[in-house]
Amino acid sequence: MNKNTNNLDNLSEKTDFVIRFAGEGGQGLVTSADALARAATSAGYYTQTFSTFPSQIMGGPASSQVRISTSPVLSSGDGVDVLVALNKFSYDNHYQDLVDGGVTIYNAEEYSLPDGGQYFGIKADELAKSTGNARAANMVTIGAVASLINFSLEEVDNFIRKRFTRGRDGDEEIIKANISAVRLGVEVANLSGFSVGELAPASKSDGDQIMVTGNIALSLGATAAGLNYYVGYPISPATTILVWMENNLVGENKFAYQVSSEIEAISAIVGAGYSGKKAMTATAGPGISLMSEGLGLAWMSEIPVVVVDVQRGGPATGLPTKSEQSDLFTCLHPAHGDVKMPILAPGTVEECFYAGALAVNWAERYQGPVIIMSEMALSDRGENIPKPDLASIKNETRNVYEGKNGFKRYQTWDGSGDLTPMPIPGGAGAYVANGSEHDEIGDTTHLPKHHIRLTERRFNKLKLLGEAHYEIENENADIIISPWGSSKGPAREAYERLRRNNRNVGWVYTVALHPMPDVVLDALKTAKRVIVPELNYQGQWSTLLRQDGVNAESITKYDGTPFRPGELVESIKVKLK
Amino acid sequence: MSKRNPEYDFVWCPGCGDFGVRRALEFALAEYTIENEKPHGSNVIVAGIGCSGNMVHLMEGDQPFGIHGIHGRTLPIALGIKSGRDDLNAVIVAGDGDFLSIGAEHIGPAAQRNLDVTCVIMDNGVYGLTKGQSSPTSDIGMVTASTPYGKIEIPMSPLNYYMTVGVSYIASYYSSKPKILAKYIQQAMDHRGFSIVHVQSPCTTYNDTYDLLKGKPRDGIKGLAWEIPDDHDPSNEKSAKELLQKPGIPLGLIYKFEGKTLQDRQQEIRERIGEKTVEANLASYTV
Ligand SMILES: Cc1ncc(C[n+]2csc(CCOP(=O)(O)OP(=O)(O)O)c2C)c(N)n1
Ligand code: SF4
Ligand SMILES: [Mg+2]
Repeated sequence: MNKNTNNLDNLSEKTDFVIRFAGEGGQGLVTSADALARAATSAGYYTQTFSTFPSQIMGGPASSQVRISTSPVLSSGDGVDVLVALNKFSYDNHYQDLVDGGVTIYNAEEYSLPDGGQYFGIKADELAKSTGNARAANMVTIGAVASLINFSLEEVDNFIRKRFTRGRDGDEEIIKANISAVRLGVEVANLSGFSVGELAPASKSDGDQIMVTGNIALSLGATAAGLNYYVGYPISPATTILVWMENNLVGENKFAYQVSSEIEAISAIVGAGYSGKKAMTATAGPGISLMSEGLGLAWMSEIPVVVVDVQRGGPATGLPTKSEQSDLFTCLHPAHGDVKMPILAPGTVEECFYAGALAVNWAERYQGPVIIMSEMALSDRGENIPKPDLASIKNETRNVYEGKNGFKRYQTWDGSGDLTPMPIPGGAGAYVANGSEHDEIGDTTHLPKHHIRLTERRFNKLKLLGEAHYEIENENADIIISPWGSSKGPAREAYERLRRNNRNVGWVYTVALHPMPDVVLDALKTAKRVIVPELNYQGQWSTLLRQDGVNAESITKYDGTPFRPGELVESIKVKLK
Repeated sequence: MSKRNPEYDFVWCPGCGDFGVRRALEFALAEYTIENEKPHGSNVIVAGIGCSGNMVHLMEGDQPFGIHGIHGRTLPIALGIKSGRDDLNAVIVAGDGDFLSIGAEHIGPAAQRNLDVTCVIMDNGVYGLTKGQSSPTSDIGMVTASTPYGKIEIPMSPLNYYMTVGVSYIASYYSSKPKILAKYIQQAMDHRGFSIVHVQSPCTTYNDTYDLLKGKPRDGIKGLAWEIPDDHDPSNEKSAKELLQKPGIPLGLIYKFEGKTLQDRQQEIRERIGEKTVEANLASYTV
């Protein structure tokens, strides 16, 4: 097997290809990868796109890739089958990621490479101009790629027709130009004589598919559970949630709005949650740091809110456009005092949808803050997922107090029976939602008996939560692989490869990190040895698991990029020795 | 709390100006509630942290809802209440430290939004609850717990600040005449837009300014406070600004303009764009 390949065996027909476009930000790299992904999805393949770019709009090294597969795509893969390198710098930086037999298409308008390598040049702009549509350069390249992977041109044409049929004069002309651009690209590639194999036919999946990023999936999920209030402050990689909400959370009783800081965001959703709204904000690490006092207020005064942390890298301003899983300690205990936040950490784009919905329901049910931990590796990658069935999404409504005035909102509660209902302004049961320790009606008090009973009440409420998607397989194996968040994808691929090679490995995975489903914690506790692949230096999740009595250790990575399945296979093999 | 709660462990010092402000707020809420035919439970008191914010627990009679959050964040909490529930009457009670120091960053944005909330600010020129440190409105040279050799900043002028950032209802008064103060608070609640009633509310323990405000002719002290003349036109921005150039502390309505609120503009968007359903949003991503 090739050291880097994404394909299972040396079949003549390939099941999996990675195509990467590398160049400068602003060169339409994302558009090219997205176009190819959409064409392949329409043809019935599974696709996943992934981009890296510096924190600038134009210029600077950037790349965008698409992985096309006959089965659901779990990660961005190992090697690259086709590299489109738009400048010399990006060729130099990416060619070493090519699999054996991989091919580079270089931008012959910018530079040339010495004869004899696994590459050929293309003058996409010049060829596009010859079709009469200078903007079709992307399509020249896509034609060349399609030829290299023997992808059906009919499907590319269908895609072009779909995209450019916009009910305007001139649609037909644009479609024609784009189709001839594709043919010109095909011709150049055919002349080069290269091919990287033939993509096996797609096994069309049943039911509708949607093509979304993690952030869009999360937004859709939250609104499916009845979210009706959103405020946020722009920050990568969470901004696209704010933008989505501003565009789509519109209508009666709905509100989406850009506030002037993360402190305003958390305070406003506390005010909204208190008044009966299903309220959410999303941010990244720097914003979570600013929200810590407000999150403590939501916990203390028992107000339902959802906060999304789309993690990026590093402390302070850190690495705004890179992926890291390093906010776990912070999200679990963001505030001072005795606090432990419920946390949902989706691992795939599809799980982002369901985590969005579940977080809203959890917040309503236990009357407190819930944190969703997403990541750059999920937020911006596009993926086709089965279209969720809205009828199956629960829309839990808050237990609202409807009795007479003089209600005791903060009664002692041991976790059995129903949690006391919550009065809502405008209705009966006026009380003070208090961030200072308080008595039953919310008046400030320092009496030990109240601090004891309410501290217990706040922790007992967590018993209402815990259910969420989990996976347990071969839990008696020598080594259990147990990733969290987006490391699930590459870890799962690694797990499957190791199993195929008859390695004695098992699998435990949970979206709910706190509280965890009992079966998951039991499986982890009884496991001989648990390996946690995670993108941080300290091994944050394995540290927390050890506190719970799990024999856990981490495989860490902290260069700002996600794991590759191949590198995980190698490190786990070392542990198996 | 409607009756004395024996377990509630905060009381104001005798003579504290906040007593008078509480009476004024109680009057204003009662009147407002009757006149607007709203249930008392549609009033929400958003309290800052300080002696002043403790008012939310000390209200007598019919109880409003309350939220006693964290230091300096009354405005964004009220934003969440009001932008989600325009039917509620949100009233902020906070001190000079809470509102003008740690919370100052929220005043400008709230003014630009013309957020329809009413702020009752109790200015005692000191941090009362933390035992007498200097505040943004303490005088230069003032000796406080945290400025033992005299304060080394010039005091801010809250009224000029409100004017500059565009607050749409600005009144100034003191705590000693609750009935009149109540009138301004009620006007502020009725005003559709961002209203501030800035109240001189002396701290008898750390900064007793009663004599300074009202004067004490026997000791030759001329009071700082002066009534705004009846012929002042509060809708005239220029004369409001001129008024604020005069020394001392004006008592009365300084400035007021009618404009759209954040909620009004949001409603316009709803009407223009229409309803976006979850089903339609989801369907737009079908491939
Ligand atoms: C984040 C934070 N910092 C500091 C404090 C401590 N603190 C409580 S009240 C207060 C100042 C109160 O002054 P002011 O708002 O003028 O209210 P007053 O007591 O004078 O009515 C401070 C600094 C706190 N509660 N939270
Ligand atoms: S310390 Fe000052 S502000 Fe606080 S209650 Fe006493 S008099 Fe009032
Ligand atoms: Mg004060």
